[in-house]
This record gives sequence, structure tokens and C-alpha cells, in this order.
Amino acid sequence: MKKFEPVIVAFCCHYCAYTAADMAGSQRLPYPANVKIIRVPCSGKVDALHIIKAFENGADGVYVAGCLEGDCHFKNGNEKAARRIDYVKKYLEEIGIESERLTMVTMSAGMGYRFAQTATEITEKIRKLGPSPIKTAITQ
Amino acid sequence: MITAERKPLEELIDYVKPFKRILLLGCNECVTVCAAGGRKEVGLLASGLQMALLKSGSNIEIKQHTLERQCDPEYVEELVPMIDGSEAILSMACGCGVQQLATRFKDKPVFPALNTQFMGASERQGVWAERCQGCGDCVLGITGGICPIARCAKQLMNGPCGGSTGGKCEVSEDVDCVWQLIWDRLKSLGQEDRYVDIMPAKDWRSGGGSGPRKIIREDLAE
Ligand code: SF4
Ligand code: SF4
Repeated sequence: MKKFEPVIVAFCCHYCAYTAADMAGSQRLPYPANVKIIRVPCSGKVDALHIIKAFENGADGVYVAGCLEGDCHFKNGNEKAARRIDYVKKYLEEIGIESERLTMVTMSAGMGYRFAQTATEITEKIRKLGPSPIKTAITQ
Repeated sequence: MITAERKPLEELIDYVKPFKRILLLGCNECVTVCAAGGRKEVGLLASGLQMALLKSGSNIEIKQHTLERQCDPEYVEELVPMIDGSEAILSMACGCGVQQLATRFKDKPVFPALNTQFMGASERQGVWAERCQGCGDCVLGITGGICPIARCAKQLMNGPCGGSTGGKCEVSEDVDCVWQLIWDRLKSLGQEDRYVDIMPAKDWRSGGGSGPRKIIREDLAE
């Protein structure tokens, strides 16, 4: 059997995680190619629909990366994102997708190392969980 | 506005399972504002249903559409050209919208995707609270603009019951005693005399006690 390589979608806030990803790059810190980055103007801009569509289109894991607590460029978008993630997790369970496949993380623009580490940890977590049940159902 | 919440996915799957093609229909009014059945919720439910069904090995074509209002025949008529493409309709409108569809499309099964809740107002972002029960004979002019019918568990008309404590209702600490609210407001308006006047027992004929209600405006009705 072919080795399972998870597809992970990372919604990264322009003001923190996206810049941290750049930082990781310039510091030559490796992180898994499984992570597909989507730049968003604020983590609070990530809608439930974006997350659900990612799973519907075959993502094995999704994470939303926003600014550290109290550091949101738009005041409290990261808090809103965290509440939305909790809400979507419940919906995922209803659909029959393990809610651990969705995570919220926070970091600052200077945390290149944290970005690479988070990407690696989440990829490993999803690898252990295996392919998303939706992907499995599509290929069957 | 009319408030509503989505039904559990499991119940909705049971409704749509027997079909191959369904129309998932949102409404742009009240249920959009209370984030239960607008265009976005239609998208979310369509994806959720699709995934849950895929998991159970079935595949249903879900067409998504959102009408300006489902409770008006003019808008429902817009569905005529597309309705034959679907075997059943799953409506994300309130119960009025669902029934409007069932009346118009006699040979189509129509299912509610929402549990319609109450006539309410938004207290703050994401929080809606019951405010009116459509009693047909509004007493807000006497009660300082605060409704004892929709907001008192016992629908008392002449002051609080013995369970009113520290401004809270005996039903729950999270519920304000509406008669405390009414009294405080009448006091601040200098209208305490309104409270002293005894309100007669409510005549519920105007509030649905005589069967389904209807409004006919002679000047408008065709
Ligand atoms: S008194 Fe009747 S009409 Fe007025 S707000 Fe209360 S329930 Fe609604
Ligand atoms: S405590 Fe107040 S609101 Fe609650 S049932 Fe009694 S009178 Fe009504």
C-alpha cells in the first residue's frame, strides 16, 4: 500500500503565522510539504464554510493560525476564530469526522521556529489519525 | 424576527435518504439574520449532508438555492423552472416557508431543516431572546414596553408571582423576572399608576384561542 501522506490546509493570518512561515523559510527551518498555506487577512476571517469545504475537498486536517492572545491586528479576530473552531468541531463530529482534525493555534510573526514545529506536530498527528473518512469514502 | 435553529444532521439525513436529487432551499430574511437558514447555512448544510451521506455509502445530488422570502408566493414561484429537477425539497426557512412550499408544490415532499423557535430580538451578536407571542391585543403600552406574556413563564398580567427573588425569575437564575423589569421601568417613567390598575383576564380569542388567525386587508386583498 502507498504510504499515507496527509493533506493539511493551514489558514494563516497575514500578520502573524504567514509572516512566521516566511521567517521559517529565511531561517532555513524545514517543515512538511503536506501543509498547504492559505493566507487570510485575519484568523477571524476564516469562515465555517471555508473549513467545511476544505474537508469536503479531501483535506485530512485543517488548522487556523492566528495571532497570540491580545495581539490581533483587528482587536479580537483570533478570539472569534477560536470560538468558531469550537463550533465547527461539533459540526464535524455530527458529520462523522474526528474533531481532532481541526485545530486552532496562535503565534507571532517572529516565531519561525514555532511555525515549523506546529506544522510538523500537526502533520504527525494527522498521519497517526490516517486519511479523513471523507477521503476514504470518495476513493471507495 | 422569527428565530430558528438547525435540526440535528441525523434527522435530516433520515428525511433525504430515500431520494437521489434534492433541492436545499434557504431564505434571505429572518433565518439569515439569526444565522440558521441563509445562503451560508445552505452551503454548510449541503457540504455536511454530502459528507455524511458519502460516509454511509450513498450519494445524493444536492442543488442549493436561496429565495428572497419563502413565505411569499411571488418568490416561491421562482422555483417553478427548477423544481422538476429535484425529487424533494429540504427547506431552511421557518415553518411558514416550509408550508408555503408544501402548498405550492403538491406532488413534492417538503421537509423542514430547522426547528422554528420564537419571535425574538437580538440581545447582542449571536444571542436572540423571545420577546413577543403575537397575542393579538398588545399590552406593551401599559407595561412599560416590556411583554409579560412572552417573558413571564406564567404569563401573569398583574405583577410577579411569589417566586420573584432579587429581580430573577424562579424558573432560572438566568432569567430576569419580567415583572421586576416592568416595575423598574414604570418607576423610572413615573408611571407607577399603570401598575396599580388591575388588568382583566386576558381574552385569548385574539391570540389564537379561536383557531388559526388570518388578516384580510380589504384594500389590498385580491
Ligand atoms: S403583549 Fe402580546 S402583542 Fe404585545 S409583545 Fe406581548 S405577546 Fe406580543
Ligand atoms: S418570577 Fe417573575 S417572570 Fe418568573 S414566573 Fe414569577 S412573575 Fe413570572
